[in-house]
Amino acid sequence: MVRRFGQAVIVVIGVTVVTFILLHLLPGSTVRAILGPRATPVAIHQLTVELGLNKPIPVQYVIWLNNLVHLNLGYSYKLDQPVISLLGQRIPRTLFLVGSSLILAILLAIPLGILQAVRRNKPDDYVMTGLSFIFYSMPTFWLGLLLISLFSATLNWLPSEAPQDQLGIFSQLNGMILPVATLTLVTVALFSRYMRSSVLEQTVQDYVRTARAKGLTSRQVLFRHVLRNALIPVITLVGLSLGGILSGAVVVEYVFNYPGMGLLFFQAALDDDFPVLLGVTVVVAIATVVGNLIADVLYAVIDPRIRYI
Amino acid sequence: MSLIARLPPASGEVLPEGGEVTQSGSVWRMILEVFFQNRLATLGLGVIVFMVLFCFVGPLVYHTSQVFNNPNIANKSPSLSHPLGTDQVGYDVLGRLMLGGQTSLEIGFAAALIAVGIGVIWGAVSGLAGGVVDAVMMRVVDTLLAFPFLFALILLGAIFGTSILELIIVIGLVAWLVPARLVRGETLTLRMRDYVQAVATMGGSTRRVLFRHIIPNTVGTIVVNATFQVADAIIFVATLSYLGVGVPPPATNWGGELASGLNYLFDGYWWLIYPPGLAIVLTVVAFNFVGDAIRDALEVRLQRR
Repeated sequence: MVRRFGQAVIVVIGVTVVTFILLHLLPGSTVRAILGPRATPVAIHQLTVELGLNKPIPVQYVIWLNNLVHLNLGYSYKLDQPVISLLGQRIPRTLFLVGSSLILAILLAIPLGILQAVRRNKPDDYVMTGLSFIFYSMPTFWLGLLLISLFSATLNWLPSEAPQDQLGIFSQLNGMILPVATLTLVTVALFSRYMRSSVLEQTVQDYVRTARAKGLTSRQVLFRHVLRNALIPVITLVGLSLGGILSGAVVVEYVFNYPGMGLLFFQAALDDDFPVLLGVTVVVAIATVVGNLIADVLYAVIDPRIRYI
Repeated sequence: MSLIARLPPASGEVLPEGGEVTQSGSVWRMILEVFFQNRLATLGLGVIVFMVLFCFVGPLVYHTSQVFNNPNIANKSPSLSHPLGTDQVGYDVLGRLMLGGQTSLEIGFAAALIAVGIGVIWGAVSGLAGGVVDAVMMRVVDTLLAFPFLFALILLGAIFGTSILELIIVIGLVAWLVPARLVRGETLTLRMRDYVQAVATMGGSTRRVLFRHIIPNTVGTIVVNATFQVADAIIFVATLSYLGVGVPPPATNWGGELASGLNYLFDGYWWLIYPPGLAIVLTVVAFNFVGDAIRDALEVRLQRR
């Protein structure tokens, strides 16, 4: 268990190294990005020295790492705020979006997956499977825009833009419905497929036959035994898919203009705002690694046969 | 019955005393059989073939000018002369769809090829090597996997700029991680097989073991993953184009067409939106069906062993 945690720490450090190197592949660009296209060479040189960008990269990395540990993620000149305060504003919003989508997706996918497995190869299974495939294969942005087209443009039931301010999430809850729905639908498609195959895998196991032979009804077998075992790989999947969901969140935030972390990242990429890019990447990478770690831990806790040396 | 009689007959026929019947023909024949029994998969394969023909052979049959546009006829709804209408600068949409499909499919296939190529070599070498080398190589994979795909794509796109070739390379560089992991797992299993150890005992070099024994036996998993890679690559390109960091003009792809068409969402020009969107969904669904079916067919083979 400790070894697993140690591995995770190594991975996080590795992520910071990779990101740092990537963003410093173009020397001088940070300064140019701040000063603009008409900067004089003198000004560029001055700012370079001032920001410490002329030091060798490993030294810069250590300085940055030191700052990171003290929660100083740098300053965004484009947005004129410290990165950490930007993140503080944006992370809760993305957290809300991703969190609610994830919870809804799990709540919907588990029953759907079981239903698909139980009704395997009957017409309803085909319909649900077909729908799952279609939602899974659709680009997220297209689904979002289809929903907008249907519910905003045509029916005019829901707004097409997500609430912009902090408290707006709760006061204009109907503005959050479409973004959350989009992210949820795509995730449910993936999860329910996995749930279905996981349940099916369990039903051919010997213990199911034994339980049936003992006289339990199908439903009892399902809920008392199969479900618990079938949930194990799905839990691992949920942990592993956190990265994918965050990617989906970027798209959804763009489509619905929701000022979360994904949109911040995207705008920063367009603006060459390196401190922000670095900061968001670190946060996202840590979140993904933590997701994997939690999945592994849960897996070990739930399945007593698995023990980490 | 004697042990000899219980061995599978060499010719594959039924023994008079009722011995086992093995599958006649190779493993591939059996996989193909199961594959084509799956109606969805056959449909998927048909859709893929149709799309490839549509995009690459279509323009030879259905001539439209994709170079000279005519803004006078912009945004016309479907008619006899333009079956899918015209877009915002006057190009015929059907012709544009074919052209865009060429780029989308090219990028999809090429990126998948690169991803699988790198991934297979990395994974197989890592699995064979074992020990510290394996641990280090897999830590690299884990580290890079910590970046959600889209974040990495946007980051790399912002650094390296976008052109078709760079897009292919960028997607390939991000997507090789999953096949690497899969192949490494398979290699670890295959390593323990008797015939691999026999080759090593007989003095076969590591390269021989790698290329003539390990990799050919992982082909099934690789093919399944490759089809999913193509599907994912097509969606990645579409998403990147929608976000504005996709292929620059004059090249076009389905995602870019969808993106520009979506500007007219509230104007009701549905022929700018649904054709490219449907093209993407159909192609991706088809690849997913095919990949799923091959995976199921492989499972059957494993079960009947």
